[in-house]
Amino acid sequence: MKPRSRRDTWRLLVLIAPSLFWLLIFFLVPLVMVLVISFGQRGTYGGIVWDFTLSNYARFFDPLYLRIFGRTAGIALATTVICLVGGYPMAYFIATRPPRWRNTLLLLLMIPFWTNFLIRTYAWLLILRDQGLVNMVWTGAVHNLFLHLATAYPAATLFSSLAGLTSVPLELFGTNGAIIVGLVYAWLPDMVLPCYAAIERLDFSLVEAAQDLYANRVKSFLRVVLPLTMPGLVAGSVLVFIPALGAYVTPDLLGGAKSIMIGNVIYSQFMSARDYPFGSAISFVLMAIMLIATLIYFRLGSD
Amino acid sequence: MKRERQLKGRRGRWLRHILTAHGLVSYIFLYFPIVVLVVFSFNASRYASAWRGFTLEWYVSLLQDAAIGAALKNSLIVAGGSTVISTVFGTMVALAMERYDFSGKLAFDSLLYLPIIIPDIVMAVMLLIFFVLAHAQLGLVTIIISHVAFNISFVAVVVRARLAYFDLSLEEAAQDLYANEWQTFARVTLPLIMPGILGGALLAFTLSIDDFVITFFTSGPGSSTLPLRIYSMVKLGVTPEINALSSFMLIVSMLLVLLSFVLRKGGEGEIEIV
Amino acid sequence: MEKRLTGYLCVSLLALLALVVLVACGGADDGDAGGDSGEPELASELHLYNWSEYIDPEVLTMFEDEFGVHVIEDTFANNEELLAKLQAGASGYDVIVPSDYMVTTMITSGLLAELNHDNLPNLVNLDPLFADPPYDPGMVYCVPYLWGTTGIGYNADALDQVPDSWAYLFDPELAAPYAGQITMLNDEREAFAAALKYLGYSVNSTVEEELMQARDLLIQQKAWIYAYDAEQYEDLLSADETLLAHGWSGDVFMVAEEDERIWYVIPQEGAVIWADNLCIPRSAPSQYTAEVFINFLLRPDVAAMNSNFTWYASPNAEATELIDAEILAEPAIYPPPEVMEQLEWLEDVGEAAPLYSRFWTEVRAAGP
Repeated sequence: MKPRSRRDTWRLLVLIAPSLFWLLIFFLVPLVMVLVISFGQRGTYGGIVWDFTLSNYARFFDPLYLRIFGRTAGIALATTVICLVGGYPMAYFIATRPPRWRNTLLLLLMIPFWTNFLIRTYAWLLILRDQGLVNMVWTGAVHNLFLHLATAYPAATLFSSLAGLTSVPLELFGTNGAIIVGLVYAWLPDMVLPCYAAIERLDFSLVEAAQDLYANRVKSFLRVVLPLTMPGLVAGSVLVFIPALGAYVTPDLLGGAKSIMIGNVIYSQFMSARDYPFGSAISFVLMAIMLIATLIYFRLGSD
Repeated sequence: MKRERQLKGRRGRWLRHILTAHGLVSYIFLYFPIVVLVVFSFNASRYASAWRGFTLEWYVSLLQDAAIGAALKNSLIVAGGSTVISTVFGTMVALAMERYDFSGKLAFDSLLYLPIIIPDIVMAVMLLIFFVLAHAQLGLVTIIISHVAFNISFVAVVVRARLAYFDLSLEEAAQDLYANEWQTFARVTLPLIMPGILGGALLAFTLSIDDFVITFFTSGPGSSTLPLRIYSMVKLGVTPEINALSSFMLIVSMLLVLLSFVLRKGGEGEIEIV
Repeated sequence: MEKRLTGYLCVSLLALLALVVLVACGGADDGDAGGDSGEPELASELHLYNWSEYIDPEVLTMFEDEFGVHVIEDTFANNEELLAKLQAGASGYDVIVPSDYMVTTMITSGLLAELNHDNLPNLVNLDPLFADPPYDPGMVYCVPYLWGTTGIGYNADALDQVPDSWAYLFDPELAAPYAGQITMLNDEREAFAAALKYLGYSVNSTVEEELMQARDLLIQQKAWIYAYDAEQYEDLLSADETLLAHGWSGDVFMVAEEDERIWYVIPQEGAVIWADNLCIPRSAPSQYTAEVFINFLLRPDVAAMNSNFTWYASPNAEATELIDAEILAEPAIYPPPEVMEQLEWLEDVGEAAPLYSRFWTEVRAAGP
């Protein structure tokens, strides 16, 4: 409703004033600062030279940074797709359980999600390292098995070559794959929950009707279930894509600092190269992409 | 039940089995790393990959680690402080946004949503620049300010979800019974939206205590929080002490999840997880 | 409505201004705290910003017991991070520990306070060799704390011979057998220094052509690198995850103390020699307390404790007789004169700094 009286107006003011101030000063002002600085230049010793230039944005289109950005987008996209392919059926599974089961399953989904993010990443470090769990099994039990088989059946060269293969650890740590696993693990619940909310709201009598009409499960899924749950699916994708695109801890820890993403470039512009203007420019580009992604989400969501 | 019937027939049964198997595998994927963490927190080996016998050594050294204690204290101060401020402000703004129309509402609404969708690293960078140019001394205060800056938005979203289900006639009824505005708010409105407020507070607390990136950029001398401490421990090398810490935190987070579930059951308002 | 809105916008803007001013003043006030008003007094606490595991914890306890000053230690991972935090206005640290070339940068940037030598009587204990460092003649801004070299840590059991050349990290034939079991320091200056030394150039090269060669070498080397790491490479050696590690002498020796398979060597082509220094930022809350602390660290017994703990060489001549014989006798810690001649200090590269950081980004961005 519109504020009807002076009193109402005052009440409205009192209610929004604290948040308004906080967001103006500690969010909007910093945001504008970043924008302004992104047009400045780095001084020799890392200060900011106030010289209007677009060179920081031009630098973003340098092949080096485009390459890093391309890799980042690829990793974020792969993460989103894997979360989608894994998370949607999972959400469907939860939503089709009896109600009392549903709550327990949701609870179970959220417990790992609420542990510290760094600890969740660290857990994968324990699993993927060269001396980690996977490789302990690979160079231990699996290797021994093939050694046994190779001595038992010397004729089968397959076993001895497999034994050779398993004698060295798999290259898991420090790869893009490791980063993707870490990101999927961190953000999977973000995909499942919105999908679950959408599927749970679905009127299954519509699905039955569709099945009677099309008499084809795939068709009824594609024409009825999928479009009706699209908002949840899109919301989940945006919720996974955004943090994956801005990730910087995961590539640092699971990527062995060998595979850098755009978040690491921003970090190093501020924490080692001390090139605030360029770091600001990249941040702004990244934010613009997020905004576009979110607008797409609202567009699709409102349809 | 319709839901049970919809996958009928032979092929339906197969699909159902696949779905169940997929669900099972997904949960194993979610819990496997956690089980590994907990199991290896009892491992006598320093390098944590091979099993060398049972020990409680890591829990003992964890309890004696003064740096962890200090970091935990900082974390609680930051999370507590930012939760209280952002819950009060966020609830107020949620009330305003749900109840009033005013010019500039759309712009303010967008401003309110922005901290949710902006990537952590960008927000961290923004705040760092701001504090540098304002010549503020980095420390617990700057961390709390930063956390409130993103938490207001999360609290507002959660409380607004709850307010959307609010029946205004209840307030009118109270006022018909000669309750003044303040009494109406304290006795009717507040209790009814309380689950939403608590849910928002809980979310704010979790986000705050979990935050690494923004805290890292806005922290100063002696203000390391638990995530910062964990990060430097992880960087310094794998040690079962981190596993022991993880087990502790797992128990705490389980309690928090349970608590949030109880709170959410109090109201049927659907909270989207952000 | 229009009027009201303007009204409340005015109010908000005013309040906003007031708050910004408040924040700014708050910052300025803190900067001035501890000014020189009369008799110097010890503060109740001291903030030390240090490398990780770089001081004997016992030393901190001793200082607390003797002077009643509680020491709070925070750690940083590399010189660039230290500088960034300091430039970002992290005022509140009393004592920081930058390396040589970073001292130059910090002096140029006006971040360091001049030391009052009256409060540092223990300076006489320093070895004359370190008492007049090239990066800070006359010790105006800093006092050398510990020094060491950057070389190669290795697992002696797994290698047939001592990897006494950078070729073991860079030559395709020598390094390939250890593919996936080598770490390089995640530190742009050090990584480039190793590559430049291997190529026969100065570690402080500002010649673009030479730096490009070093960059290409590092990119080529990336195929057999397990990780870029400056914090736990020595543990990775001991945990059998790696066999060769580009690293700092003391870090490796610290692990070698417990794991006899691990050892350290200074490559024959020469290497980086460095010294970390105790400095006081201009923004330090209490310069006097900081000076008392630095003076304490210069005491022979304390300096020896830190050397024994970190396995780094001490510039403190008086401490020598208190340092473990094992450390003193190790040529990779206290190198003989002919090796000393091969060592080179890292210097501030000034205008070439962006080039280094760009090439380092290129190295890290290479690959799939």
